[in-house]
Parts: sequence; C-alpha cells; structure tokens
Amino acid sequence: MATIKGAFVLKGDGSRREWKVSSPHFLGAETNHLVQDPRDGRTLLLAARTGHLGPTVFRSQDKGKTWLEARLPPSFPKAPEGQNGPAVQRTFALAPGHASQPGVWWAGTVPHALFRSEDGGETWDHIAEFTRYVAGLKEKKPANIGETPGGPITHSILIDPRDANHMYVSLSTGGFFETRDAARSWHPMNDGSSADFLPDKFPEYGQDPHCVVMSPANPDRIYQQNHCGVYRLDRPGSTWERIGRNLPAPVGDIGFPIVAHPRKQDVLWVFPMDGTDVWPRTSPAGKPAAYRSTDGGASWTRQAKGFPESNGWFTVFRQAMKSDSEDPVGLYLGTTAGEVWASRNEGSSWKLVASHLPRILSLEVAGS
Amino acid sequence: MSVPVHLSWHLRSYTHGESDVEGDGATLAELMTDLDRRFPGIRFRVIDEQDRIRPHMNFFVRGDLVRDLTCRIAPGDEVLILGALSGG
Repeated sequence: MATIKGAFVLKGDGSRREWKVSSPHFLGAETNHLVQDPRDGRTLLLAARTGHLGPTVFRSQDKGKTWLEARLPPSFPKAPEGQNGPAVQRTFALAPGHASQPGVWWAGTVPHALFRSEDGGETWDHIAEFTRYVAGLKEKKPANIGETPGGPITHSILIDPRDANHMYVSLSTGGFFETRDAARSWHPMNDGSSADFLPDKFPEYGQDPHCVVMSPANPDRIYQQNHCGVYRLDRPGSTWERIGRNLPAPVGDIGFPIVAHPRKQDVLWVFPMDGTDVWPRTSPAGKPAAYRSTDGGASWTRQAKGFPESNGWFTVFRQAMKSDSEDPVGLYLGTTAGEVWASRNEGSSWKLVASHLPRILSLEVAGS
Repeated sequence: MSVPVHLSWHLRSYTHGESDVEGDGATLAELMTDLDRRFPGIRFRVIDEQDRIRPHMNFFVRGDLVRDLTCRIAPGDEVLILGALSGG
C-alpha cells in the first residue's frame, strides 16, 4: 500500500483470514505507487516524494528490507536557456513492462508524461514523442488537456500481453490513447465516452478516465471507470459502451477504481461514489458497496455485506482497489481514511483488515 | 574552495546522518554538483530538472535567502540548506 505518509505491506496468512500490517517504509513520504515485479516476484518499485523533496523512485530486490534510489529518476530534459521547462511533480503510476522484456518498466507522471526504464528502474528515459503528442493536443484544444486537483495525471498504462509494442495510456484529463509502436506514435480512442464538463460532450479527446483496466482473460476487453460513467470497449472496435447505465440510478456510475476478474472476461467490480451535487466523492448515501457484474456490465449485483450499513463515507482512490488471482478471487480496497477492506469470496462479504493507516493512495496485490 | 554546509533533517539520509558537511564550488550550482558527486541523488531532491530550487526548500548563503544557483560563494561563507514549512 502506498499512502500519503509512507508505504506499508499488508501480509495475509494462507487462508486470507488474518492480516498483519508492516511498519512503514519511508515514513512521512508521499508514496504514490508500490509495485512488485510479476516477472521475478521479487523486485519492488516505489514512487515517492515528500512535501519538501522532489519525486524519485526507490527499488528493492529483497522485498523491502533494503532500498536503493534510482540513479536517474523520471525527469524532463532541461529546456533551452530562457525557456521555462516542465518538472515532474510526482510519479503517479508504475507499470512493469511486457513479460518478454525483463527490466523494462513504464511510469506515468504529473504533469502528463511517460517514462521508460530498461534497467529495472535505476534510470528512466523521457518519452519525448508522447510529450510532444500531448502538447500538440493541448495546443489544438487547450481545455481538453486539463488537470485534476492533483495535477494532470498520466496513468493506467496497459500493455498488450500479445505485443509489447501495443499499449494504452490514459490522461486525466485528456482521455484514452493507443500506441502500436511502443509509445512513438499515438491516437485517441474515446468514441462513446462522455465529458460532461466540456462544451462538446463527446469530444475526440478531453475525457477524464479515472481508471482503465485490461481484462487479464482477454486483452481485447477493456473496462473504464470514467469521471462520466462506467464503460466497456471490445477491440478491434473503438467505441465505448456505457455499461454503467445499468447500475441503479440512485447509486449512479461515478467512481474512481475498476477491477477486472483475473480469469473471466465478463466479471468486473466497481465501487461507486457520489458524483451528484458538489461531488462529495463518498459512498452514495453513506452506504458503501461494491457492485459486481458477471455479464460484462449488462447487469450488476450490490455487494455490501460487512460494510457499514449507514454513515460509511468511504472514498477509494483510482489505484486503491485490486484483486488477487486466487479462486475464489480476493478483493482489496483502501480508503482515504486509512482502512483496508478485503473480501475472500469475490465481493460477497467484506471485512475490515487494517485501520488507522494514513490516507491510502494506492494498493497492489503481490504473490508471496 | 571548500565551505561548510549545514543540512536539515530532510537530507541526512543522503549524508549518512551527518548534519554538517563540506562542499566545494565557487557558486551554489557548483557546490550542489560537488555534493551530488559525494552524496548521489541529493541534488535532484532539492533542485528540479530545470535548475529551479524546489518550492519548499530554502538555501541561505551568509544568512541571506537565495533562490538563484548562480549565487557566488566566497571563502568563509556558510551555506544552509533547510526545509521550509510544508505539508499537513
């Protein structure tokens, strides 16, 4: 778990009934993302900064016993003399590269940028083509490449398991984009997804994808929790379908995270939040619940057992809800109030497994 | 030319816990290059990639607040690198 005041590891017993929280790593640092490399099951990368100190990446080869700082963290090239160049404010999202490319990692930052490491996170290269592309979009339509309260975020870096050169990346705000040549050239893919905060409600780009996931069961199935609804995309099609319309109207289909089942392409979960009025971003009516679909979003089932039945004002950030790959699947969500809730039965019931932590910014599930 | 450099708590993970070190350089920029050579990574945490001092870090030379890395350093000067008020 990466929190606003440091990273923590929550370790479960084999049955996933009992959980124990580690002492903090980098106490006091704003940690945005802690990710274990699935290719070696050992390397950890942690994106961190503090209120004072600039953003960096720490690496561990021994599951967090010792850490080394990146020699060249994600950073923009120096601008020509007299020009005011950008600076990375935080590394927001870390993504291990394709299985065929051990040592390759990708990072999305605030402000919008993409970085690639080929040496396990020790040094990071700025993807200039991506920055140029986004700058071009902003020049054409300034309001369509905007920012969130946390800045302009590049996130949800998805890599096609069949082709290392085929990737998707999302911009908050900006939308969903595809590359087929390993990040050299890009095009938007936002048809059908709305941006109700812009004059043109269905622009070519400018949407606010909160979290986008690729089904591990089918890389042509993409699910998106957007600022303006829940969507599904089936490639090679390029039009999003608003499956969130099938959620109960009083709950709505606004939220931050979205989770795809590790083995079933039609099973997914969302955790709706209140996106009405002034956008409280808390559980609708103070009644936290996950919603599961087993038919690709055509219908949804409320999953609230174990959560508070009232006065439960949860906020779960976009990178703070994930699944494991066990059978039945386990689900985990971290709240801004520093609680972790877990389900060991695919969301049928939930249990509070950690509390009193700092605000949870993200969590990831790693094998032991 | 070597001058004393005092570091606030934020940076001591880079100096093996030392609060006071020596740094070489005729300017603040040169001094930071020297510190980064001996304490790798320290420069980027306090100065961004565009050579701007990060907003919540303060440099003092001869007791004066300095935001310009071209500031010259003379024998007998002391440099302070301190965290400003930040956070919540």
